[in-house]
Amino acid sequence: MNAALVVIGGTFALAFGLGLRARRGKDMNLAQWAVGGRAFGAVLMFLLMAGEIYTTFTFLGASGWAYGRGAPAFYILSYGALAYITSYWIAPAVWRYARTHDLVSQPDFFVLKYQSRPFGTLVAIVGVVAMIPYLVLQLKGLGIIVSEASYGAVSSTAAIWLGVAGVVAYVMVSGIHASAWTAVVKDILILGVAIFLGLYLPNKLYGGIGPMFDRIEALRPGFLTLPATGQSASWFASTVLLTALGFYMWPHTFGSIYSAKSADAFRKNAIVMPLYQLVMLFIFFVGFAALLAVPGLTGTDADLALLRISVKTFDPWLVGVIGAAGVLTALVPGSMILMAASTVLAKNVVYPGVGADDPRIARLAKGLVPVVAVAALWFTFQGGNSIVALLLMGYALVTQLFPSLVCSLLPRNPLTTAGAMAGVVAGELTVAWITIGQVKVATLLPGAPSWIQDLNSGFVALLVNLVISGVVSVLTRRRAPV
Amino acid sequence: MKVHRLLPLIPVVALVGSGWFANRLEPRVMGLPFLLAWILFWVVATGGVMGLVYRLDNRTAGE
Repeated sequence: MNAALVVIGGTFALAFGLGLRARRGKDMNLAQWAVGGRAFGAVLMFLLMAGEIYTTFTFLGASGWAYGRGAPAFYILSYGALAYITSYWIAPAVWRYARTHDLVSQPDFFVLKYQSRPFGTLVAIVGVVAMIPYLVLQLKGLGIIVSEASYGAVSSTAAIWLGVAGVVAYVMVSGIHASAWTAVVKDILILGVAIFLGLYLPNKLYGGIGPMFDRIEALRPGFLTLPATGQSASWFASTVLLTALGFYMWPHTFGSIYSAKSADAFRKNAIVMPLYQLVMLFIFFVGFAALLAVPGLTGTDADLALLRISVKTFDPWLVGVIGAAGVLTALVPGSMILMAASTVLAKNVVYPGVGADDPRIARLAKGLVPVVAVAALWFTFQGGNSIVALLLMGYALVTQLFPSLVCSLLPRNPLTTAGAMAGVVAGELTVAWITIGQVKVATLLPGAPSWIQDLNSGFVALLVNLVISGVVSVLTRRRAPV
Repeated sequence: MKVHRLLPLIPVVALVGSGWFANRLEPRVMGLPFLLAWILFWVVATGGVMGLVYRLDNRTAGE
């Protein structure tokens, strides 16, 4: 047993213990389990929100994209900051409404605003379908991290099973309290690890950030700017917009808004969170450093860049610390996703007409946690896409909820229920068609200028969604008074 | 309409349009490629702008 494995195992045990302990003194009804009794203060909310951003996607995906694609990875730094601008106004409005009406899940919001249970069920299904790839991404990352950081002593499959078993246990026991408390450990570790790696590696290997970028530019001219076609300026703009708007549409992120004690926490987070995004810069540095130090990782293997350079450079115990930070970046969001998926399935798909106080819902939601976990495991072992590709697909799915959410917050909602539902369905079908059929915008519009062909396909689906919801709303509204 | 609420549009346009405004390697800023430095500046500025909006919002609410 090597030093790295001891550190990773110890951290996992600590997180597990904290997770189980988090329930102490609380009666775990649905509101307590899913939204923390709406009593989280500003600091805990900050950690919870940060816990949702710094996932394995950040850790492996962002460094992997810097390594594999260069400048297009910078979109990851941009969208986070913008997401908080929208949340400054949207989150407090959602929070107030949820508090007044005792909501526990994201679909609840749509059910009440649009006076339609079927809409709630639709939103629940969209959320679960989008969260599965997000969860798969965390599990893949977990497997990669443990097998690499343990120098192959623990297989990726074993690590995934062990990690999932742990998360399922503490989520069932402590719900969102577990996520919040493990997020504390995670954030301290990830901040330390990212800043250390991002400063140390470029200095040690290349004598500084500047010289490192000089060598990358010499080796791969144009790698540090966006290309003229493909992942071009218009791809960048549409992707940043799509992901910034979709940010709060994830059921677990949306649902965590309900946990806050006061609305002011979100407005303050909008000031602090953009600065917290800077951690991403250091992760990029690691990816760029790896490009020169451990070349030759192609395709989905680019996700290994951060760990490969760590294993090559550091002693096992330090690799263990890095691996432990990585494991937590998978477990914290993983636990929130599991909880949100189980809650919406129980509350809005199985028992759509039943009140949140009904103990049947709480029981079923907890019981569904292992079921959702097993479904995600099945998809994880099917193999497939790179970490960023999985995330972008999930984003394309959840962002389709954005127009009907924003319109419902306006003093007079311009959308009718039929219009909002038709828009969401049209948007989702477009995403499904593009993803499953591997259709590119370029194939649909072969004659269009390249800036149109480069648009993110989820963004195109959002435009379809807007047009359909507008048209159907006009039609259904006009018919109503007759 | 409170005019200060339009302030966040500045970082939004700057960041979304990064590829058009700043897609260059030079001039380098503290060793960073210009595109990355541009994005970094506006991410930090977003925090500042939101801080300003927060203060102005609280002031108008307090009146």
